[in-house]
Formats: sequence, C-alpha cells, structure tokens
Amino acid sequence: MSNFIYDLIGLTAGVFFILALKGLSHPRTARRGNLIGAIGAGVATLVVFFHGEIKNLWWILGAIAVGTIVGVPAARKVQMTQMPQLVALFNGVGGGAAALVAIVEYLSLGETATTAEVIFTVFTVVVGCVSFSGSIITFMKLQELMTTRPVVFPGGRFVIAATLAAVLGSSVWVVVSLGTTPLLVVAGLSLAFGILFVLPVGGADVPIVISLLNAFTGLTVAASGYVLQSTLLIIAGTLVGASGTILTRMMAEAMGRSLFGTLFGAFTAKPQDTSGVAEERPVRSGSPDDVAILLNYARRVVIVPGFGLAVAQAQHTVRELADLLISKGIDVAYGIHPVAGRMPGHMNVLLAEANVPYDQLAEMDEVNPTFAQTDVAIVIGANDVVNPAAKTTPGCPIYGMPILDVANAANVIFLKRSMRPGFAGIENELLYDPKTMLLFGDAKASLTKVLSALKAL
Amino acid sequence: MDALTPIAVISIFTLSVFVGFEVVSKVSSTLHTPLMSGANAIHGVILVGAIIVASHSDTNLELVLSLIAIVLATINMIGGFVVTDRMLEMFKGKKGGDK
Repeated sequence: MSNFIYDLIGLTAGVFFILALKGLSHPRTARRGNLIGAIGAGVATLVVFFHGEIKNLWWILGAIAVGTIVGVPAARKVQMTQMPQLVALFNGVGGGAAALVAIVEYLSLGETATTAEVIFTVFTVVVGCVSFSGSIITFMKLQELMTTRPVVFPGGRFVIAATLAAVLGSSVWVVVSLGTTPLLVVAGLSLAFGILFVLPVGGADVPIVISLLNAFTGLTVAASGYVLQSTLLIIAGTLVGASGTILTRMMAEAMGRSLFGTLFGAFTAKPQDTSGVAEERPVRSGSPDDVAILLNYARRVVIVPGFGLAVAQAQHTVRELADLLISKGIDVAYGIHPVAGRMPGHMNVLLAEANVPYDQLAEMDEVNPTFAQTDVAIVIGANDVVNPAAKTTPGCPIYGMPILDVANAANVIFLKRSMRPGFAGIENELLYDPKTMLLFGDAKASLTKVLSALKAL
Repeated sequence: MDALTPIAVISIFTLSVFVGFEVVSKVSSTLHTPLMSGANAIHGVILVGAIIVASHSDTNLELVLSLIAIVLATINMIGGFVVTDRMLEMFKGKKGGDK
C-alpha cells in the first residue's frame, strides 16, 4: 500500500474519531458515536498490517488476541456500579502502552534520534507512566482496596515537589546523555510521582482525576505519534487530550470545584476536624412502618438515590416503590445530583438500567426549588450530595459543591446502612436534624419492607 | 515515509485542539461518564503505534516490551469501546435490559 493511501486512511480514521466524540455528546446519537469510533479504530489497526514490512506477525496477532481475551470479558461482566474504576484501569493501561511504545522506539532509534524525538519520547514516558500509576491508585480508591480519604503525610508536599523536580532533572539527563539508563530512571520516578500525585485526592474528587489522567494519556499518544511519524496518532491523541481537558473542567464545575483546588486542595487542607465524632449524638430512627405512613400521606415525594442504592442493587425495588406511590396519586420525582454515584451521569445509567422512565428523573437545578413543596424527601444510600456542610462549613473537602437541598423538605428519610460517613468521609449534620428519620439496613431490604408495609396500609 | 515537517505537526496539533474543544463543549452532565469512557477508548489507538514498533523490533527486549504494549493497548481500545456501548445501551430504557 502506498504511503499516500495509508495516510489517507489514517486521516479518515481521524475524522471518524471527531464524529465519534460529536455523537457521544448527544443522548440520541451517543451509541452510534461510540460505534463510529470503534470502526475508526478498527480500520486504523487493520491497515497497519498492509503497510510496510511486518516482522513478528504471529507474535503481534497473539498479543492482540490476549488483550481481547482480557479486555472484552472485563468490559462485559463488570457490574455497572464498578464501571468507573474499570474505565480508570483501561485508561491506565493505555498510558502504560504509550510509555512502552516510546521506550521501544527510543531503544531502536539509538544514536540516530534527533533532539526533538528524544524530547517527545521523554514526554511520553513521563506522562504515560504518571497516567498509569495514577490510574491504578484511582482504581484502588474506587474499588475501596485502600482508604478513600485523602492520604496526606507529614512533609508530603515536599516529597511530591522533590519527586517532580527529580523527574524534570532526569528528563534533562536523558536529552543530554541519550542513554538508556536515564530513561528508565525517568520512568521509575514518573511512576512514583503518579502515585504521590493521586494519593492526596479525596474520594469524591477521584472522577475528576480520572478524567484528567484520560486527557494526559491522550497527549502521550499524540507525542508518540510525532516520534512514530503517524498523523493518525497525533490527531487522535490531541483530540482526546483537548476534549478530555474540557470535560475535566466541566466535571469540576458540575461538582462546584475548581480544578486547581481539586488537584492541590489536599496540600493546603488541614487534617480533618474530627470534633463531634467522638460524642454519641441522638438520632431519630424509625421502622419501615413509620416510613410507609409518612409516604402514604404525602402529596409529593422526592427520591434521592445515591451510590448505596447501586451497591444494594435496589434500583428495581425503588422503581416498584415509586410506581406504587404514583398509583396512589402521589407526585414522585427522582432528584439526581450530577455526581450521584461515583461519576457524573453514573446514577442516570444505573436507573436507566432499572427502566425508570426518563421523565421522572429531575436534574438538580430542576428539583431544588421544589423541595419547599415536598412532603417527604427519601434519601437512599446518598450522603455527600445532600450534606449541608457543602454550604455551611468552609474548609471541608466538599465545601462549595452544589447539593440537593433536601433539608427544605418537610420530612427527610435517610436509608442508610450505618452512621458511617459518606465517600468523602464527612459527618452529615442533617442526620441529627429533628425532621430527619433514619431507617438503618441494606437499602434493598429496607425498601422491600417499606413496600410491603405500604401495601398493607 | 516522508518526515512530517515541524510546521505540519504544529498545524495538525493546533487544529485538533480546537476541534477537540468544540466537539464536546455542549455535553450535558448525564453524558460525562460515557463521553469520558469513549474518549478513553479512542486513545487506545496507541495500539497502532505498538504494532508499528513491534513490527520492526530487532532485539528480544524490544519485542517483549512492544508485545506488552500491544496487550495493554488492545485492552484499552476494545475493552473501552465495549464498556462504553454497555453504558449507552442502558439509556435506551427498553424492557428486558434487566440485570
């Protein structure tokens, strides 16, 4: 295949990627957009085999088969609740792949590498490794393999700054010496930096970091495209880098965080004030019957689902409850916080899975003014997104995040497993409010009991 | 292959940045997660780069590293598109999509 045809097909794939991102931005075209992207990627992969000499063909095909065998079942079988960490993991391995590609190309170029090539190689290795190790940490945080709270240790910021300086210093060393060892040192230091960079980020901010690392990986792909002289990689990588940056900013805005504050907040934040945790404070807990009675005589009920609902797989039961209430002539809406669940839009995915009609899902700005006319707000496994501390306590990790104003409703019911604070690890004052009733237990079991109590009334 | 001139690279890069900004500028928060996941799958196209380096690697070290890169990139690309499709499938709200 001639270079011209090859490049032309590469360009076509690039256009496919633009159309894919465009499609993914609108609900109706999203699925088609994703398919277009997949076709673009497939075509781009296929034509490489018809261009130039291909050594090691069977090894290459074998490696692709291994990747497919690992990747497809993981993507197919993952519970929707665990999807954010899978995306983080996919992003991380992509970053790792880009770093490896750059290292191999560097090894094979040897002495013939130009300064520009070396600089782009180092960039790819640094950012790819940061993306790789950073994504692994976000995965562990979301999977709760480690604490979801910010990990801050004494002198942490100096360690991070020193590591970053060492990364930059050794990068210069590579460019000057053109050695292999310096490049491996850069890779090692970058991996360490990725870990240190994500550790201080609090659980609630992890999605923003995933999105940022996603944009990073895009840029590494673009940089490796320069080294490999591939227009396609430059286009695709830059597209992801640019759209990922915008997306990261939009996510941060939806959560009311400044991007800067998210990334560097942990450096300035003092260890959390734990006063009030030690003392036992009275809460009002109720029985499923109490909840059923409250609901039965309500005119308007707003359901606020959170990650707890997803964990308990209670989305179907909650829909049954909503249907029953509606059949009793009660006005029911779901109040969806933009970041309910673990990521923006995550809760919409989960409720759509349970066939909740789309018109019952109200976004935060729509539902907030209606809480004053709401008799019962029922919060199911959510905590941070209704925590008034976001408004009243400057300096707490979620301060400034817009919340659902359930406190304005006449009654608030919390379905919780325990008094344990939410993902962000902050105490919720609303739990101690006199108009709040708590129903402890697994969300699905509690809802089922409420449902049968309500039917018996 | 003819070398890309620096100005060609800078042009491609700059234009792609603007297209990338424009294309996602009006997305609703509902679609943030699928969009991120889709973009994530697109950078899996580093697979092309991994295949290129594997196809002309001469030493065992280069081959092994580039094969690992291929495995990782394939997971990123194929897994990414499949999981995005699964997310978006939910949005149709059709019956029978339970579990």
